[in-house]
Amino acid sequence: MNDMTPTPEQRVEKLQGMGCRRKRVEDVRFTQGRGNYVDDMKLPGMLYGDFVRSSYAHARIKNIDASKAKALPGVIAVLTAADLAPLKLHWMPTLAGDVQMVLADGKVLFQNQEIAFVVANDRAVAADAAELVEVEYEELPPLVDPFKAMDPDAPVLREDLAGKTTGAHGARKHHNHIFEWEVGDREATDLAFRDAEVSIKELISYQRVHPSPLETCQCIASFDKVKGELTLWGTFQAPHVVRTVAAILSGIPEHKIHVISPDIGGGFGNKVGVYPGYVCSVVASIVTGKPVKWVEDRIENLSATSFARDYHMTTEIAATKAGKVTALRVHALADHGAFDACADPSKWPAGFFNIVTGSYDFPTAHCVVDGVYTNKAPGGVAYRCSFRVTEAAYCIERGMDILAAKLGMDPAELRLKNFVRREQFPYQSALGWEYDSGDYDTAMRQAMEKTGYTALRAEQKAKQDAFRRGETRELMGIGVSFFTEIVGAGPSKNCDILGIAMFDSCEIRIHPTGAAITRMGTKSQGQGHETTYAQIIATEIGIPADDIMVEEGNTDTAPYGLGTYGSRSTPVAGAAIATAARKVKAKAQMIAAYMMEVHHDDVEFDIDRFRVKGLPEKFKTMKEIAWAAYNSVPPGLEPGLEAVSYYDPPNMTYPFGAYICVMDIDVDTGVAKTRRFYALDDCGTRINPLIIEGQVHGGLTEAFAIAMGQEIAYDEIGNVKGASFMDYFLPTAVETPRWETDFTVTPSPHHPIGAKGVGESPNVGGVPAFSNAVNDAFAFLGNTHIQMPHDAWRVWQAARRLGA
Amino acid sequence: MAKTHVTMTVNGQSAEELVEPRTLLVHFLRETLGLTGTHIGCETSHCGACTVDFNGESVKSCTMFAVQAEGAQVLTIEGMANPDGTLHALQEGFREMHGLQCGFCTPGMIVRAYRLLQEIPNPTDDEIRMGISGNLCRCTGYQNIVAAIQFAAARLNTPAQQEQAA
Amino acid sequence: MIPAAFAYHRPTSVSAAIALLADLGEDARPLAGGHSLIPMMKLRLAVPQALIDLAGIAELRGIRRDADAVVIGATTTMADLIASDELASIIPIIRETALVIADPQVRARGTIGGNVANGDPGNDMPALMQCLGASYLIAGSAGSREVAARAFYQGTYLTSLRPGEVVTGVRIPLPPAGHGWAYEKLKRKVGDYATAAAGVVMAMQNGRVAQIAIGLTNVGDTPLFAEAAGTILTGSSLDATTVDRAVAAAEAITAPASDGRGPAEYRTKMAGVMLRRALARAASPAAAR
Repeated sequence: MNDMTPTPEQRVEKLQGMGCRRKRVEDVRFTQGRGNYVDDMKLPGMLYGDFVRSSYAHARIKNIDASKAKALPGVIAVLTAADLAPLKLHWMPTLAGDVQMVLADGKVLFQNQEIAFVVANDRAVAADAAELVEVEYEELPPLVDPFKAMDPDAPVLREDLAGKTTGAHGARKHHNHIFEWEVGDREATDLAFRDAEVSIKELISYQRVHPSPLETCQCIASFDKVKGELTLWGTFQAPHVVRTVAAILSGIPEHKIHVISPDIGGGFGNKVGVYPGYVCSVVASIVTGKPVKWVEDRIENLSATSFARDYHMTTEIAATKAGKVTALRVHALADHGAFDACADPSKWPAGFFNIVTGSYDFPTAHCVVDGVYTNKAPGGVAYRCSFRVTEAAYCIERGMDILAAKLGMDPAELRLKNFVRREQFPYQSALGWEYDSGDYDTAMRQAMEKTGYTALRAEQKAKQDAFRRGETRELMGIGVSFFTEIVGAGPSKNCDILGIAMFDSCEIRIHPTGAAITRMGTKSQGQGHETTYAQIIATEIGIPADDIMVEEGNTDTAPYGLGTYGSRSTPVAGAAIATAARKVKAKAQMIAAYMMEVHHDDVEFDIDRFRVKGLPEKFKTMKEIAWAAYNSVPPGLEPGLEAVSYYDPPNMTYPFGAYICVMDIDVDTGVAKTRRFYALDDCGTRINPLIIEGQVHGGLTEAFAIAMGQEIAYDEIGNVKGASFMDYFLPTAVETPRWETDFTVTPSPHHPIGAKGVGESPNVGGVPAFSNAVNDAFAFLGNTHIQMPHDAWRVWQAARRLGA
Repeated sequence: MAKTHVTMTVNGQSAEELVEPRTLLVHFLRETLGLTGTHIGCETSHCGACTVDFNGESVKSCTMFAVQAEGAQVLTIEGMANPDGTLHALQEGFREMHGLQCGFCTPGMIVRAYRLLQEIPNPTDDEIRMGISGNLCRCTGYQNIVAAIQFAAARLNTPAQQEQAA
Repeated sequence: MIPAAFAYHRPTSVSAAIALLADLGEDARPLAGGHSLIPMMKLRLAVPQALIDLAGIAELRGIRRDADAVVIGATTTMADLIASDELASIIPIIRETALVIADPQVRARGTIGGNVANGDPGNDMPALMQCLGASYLIAGSAGSREVAARAFYQGTYLTSLRPGEVVTGVRIPLPPAGHGWAYEKLKRKVGDYATAAAGVVMAMQNGRVAQIAIGLTNVGDTPLFAEAAGTILTGSSLDATTVDRAVAAAEAITAPASDGRGPAEYRTKMAGVMLRRALARAASPAAAR
């Protein structure tokens, strides 16, 4: 070897494959303002749509007078339910087995619900026309409190479900009841509680919030009358699903529908479902023969597109006096708003809430979730979490802290005592999940050591004494959160969206000169797939990541996939990428062997080439093999070098983490400052550490906002509050804490590259860490539970209540 | 309502158009001039995605009418690259330090950071955070954005750069 | 998102602006920084038929110093106020207050005239101007007049401005050299209006309060000049008992809205806390600032 020959390290470096901090491909266009988002697109003759929305939470529509609007020059049409009814599009199915009004059909069920869709040749004219539509309402009594939804005299919301005692998920107990979902062993759990030495019971609520990506929902629908083809560009996290749904709803055959997700400015679950704006744009385009663009504004986004959370969890944990948990019992009341538009896999009306046993070895558990309707926006979606996993994690992590306080035990010690142990994996949880891998003890101890946990508790004790002596008005809180989450939906045996199994896909095609193009069924909204997916292929096949073009989002060219949400891209599409890559590699091996005139078992893969075993100087690079694929393949093989893989995961994956949050609370104002936040994440194999860190920073920031002030609230007559950026808490760089990230690596045994996914972990683990810190600060004053969000005024009220 | 004539300089080029008085500057830039790099994230003037540089100051272009920009010098993300076509240190810094994910806040963030570094060439972490407090991001948690701006500040303040600027 | 249509005017003199306002009547609004008015227009909560842009009137922008006062032109921006080292050396509380208003981009456009003339109880400058004993210079077709800030506010969006009048400047008497000052603002995040804020300007003599003026922001439907609280503190050494009485007197005049920032009771108490903290800072020696 001479100076010119690259070393193996240099060859690996050149690939920019898995494990390296590859700079993002996407950034080149985004930093130059050359992203291609929906509202950047302009088509000839394009029209604009805008909604007329309900002023009331619950009312009959007596009349809609659109005459003044229609008379405005530039207005092309004003659509109401009456116009959509002949097409059977005035209602649409939701992903949760319910139906939802596209435009108000006889009544409205939440404030800002869509009533009419104005179509005009100009954005400003559409806005003017929307103001001119006159709606006559007859107010009906609003139902806003989910705890009253099943009262005998509760108002009837869903007249369309009158008499239907069975819903998509089984029996309905009441006209406002949606489903009851039960899992676990009721008898064994009740017995454990009966015999418990110690138990806690607390109502733990997770308030209604909204994913609020910076770009709102939008689309352009363009129906070509001549060809009978519909092209739909939109903010779709799951474009193939949208295409299939569009085919079913519209009657246009699926091969004539082209759904394209261009660049998306953040999703976080907001952009999974189908919204009235999309349907109305499609109808308007069919009716007018022109492209129709719909771009919602922020207040519309926050008040009418799908909310998240709104789970009220009565949580009970039984334990021995020594601190060993013996049972978990949870009843959750789920407020779904006016329509159950939950974006869960269809067999899971409460998502994967049964991950609520968390990281702990519960011998038995029982869980019931009741979903109810109220006069609020429909939903809920998984806001940067897997389905209902944030709710479950918050429930158990708060519960464990409450138990710790009752036992007089340190919260970290209680966790260490009850963790699922490394040797128990794969672990069958009491509520039905098989956790793939984990080493909780190591992660927890690493977190405690890195943060100086013992010293922090000592400092806290000293501060509590000083507080009691009147020397300080500041309290210190330490929030511990050890989450296990469940992502990567999912195995076809139990995961489907509207009947389509939740596999995902990858197609790879190598070009003659050794470059490649690859497409997947997922759709990045900032997660960096163009960068990370190429890294997987680079390592698997030995072609530099820079030579691999990654495409997502065009349903004509990308293989079918279920989209990106619930941290499923790496677990499912990532696996499909690996398996497709291995098919390509297998053929490359045969071509290489043929080129070198040896048996294919006599060659081995080495970073970026195949070499003859025992004769390393005899090799063929992937570039040479690619060329050969197009002119001299072995007899019996077809030319070309490509593969497609549809991956049906055998199991979900279970990322986990240990988070520790240190807070200082000014008792006189209720303002809580996060002094320090340490986050250790285990997402299995780490594809790109730079991107993982970015995901953790972002998820923790969203968790911070949720825990400390985010809320979509309603007053007693159903007026939505906090639905603009004036009040909806999105922290600036000033309020946002600095994040310390760390990691352990416990690969997933069933995943081809051992990766688990990470995007949502920080939101799942972060919220309990912040909330536990606030609660922990007041524990020495007898606090059991302070509800989120921890706005300054709420913390102040709690402090007063506790005598601080 | 009748349209008004408006003239301004955008990214060094003269733009002369007829607009309704109510046309927001951000819509003028995006729709009339086709400069879609500047984005819209809210209608209450909070998010800062629409930030442009206006007569030497960072402003929210969604809270101005195009007619108010008569005779003004406007710089958008499309004008950030150096005269020789190379990327501005901020554009490089954002890529180097992973200061963006979905990219939607990025143009406004970069244009704002540009003016911030003119005002404070070597800002501290706190000064940067205060400096970008008018720009919301949902993806990054700001930490890498701060690092990106520090990267750019260091790059812009090297003796070679300063010599060039002199 | 899109305002209703309007006609746009850009006069180059105050008299031309006044004439336009008189001509067009109450459907015309003056436009300064626009960062209160334009957001309201985008939500169609304000639908003026004409806007009179004051940006073309050079004489309205700038800071000048008289023998005994500083006069700030109405279209002087928050950024201008912050940038003026001279102003910071004479009336430092103005820079401190401006820095906690909104965010950098808004401060580049928002003007002192807009901030004081709008009558929005959330704005910070009104209570500060009351604290400083400032007066507003007003011009209209009937001529010019001057109104004390302490007498200017009647209710939410209700001020002493008559139809067709516009604030052209703010006149602030020079506070005594070595005066103590502090503006303490509690808010949910940068850019938010105050949950409660208190401004204090005072002069000590021989360890006792010789003069003091206190203004409270966003805890009533107007800015609140806490006269009684000031009277209680005058002549005291800022001892704990007297401060408690003054805080109680200040809280007693508040009537905050209950909103996302908190219920009324909390906001009243926070006005008290902000006042305490402002007093403590205002009293600390100048060298320590």
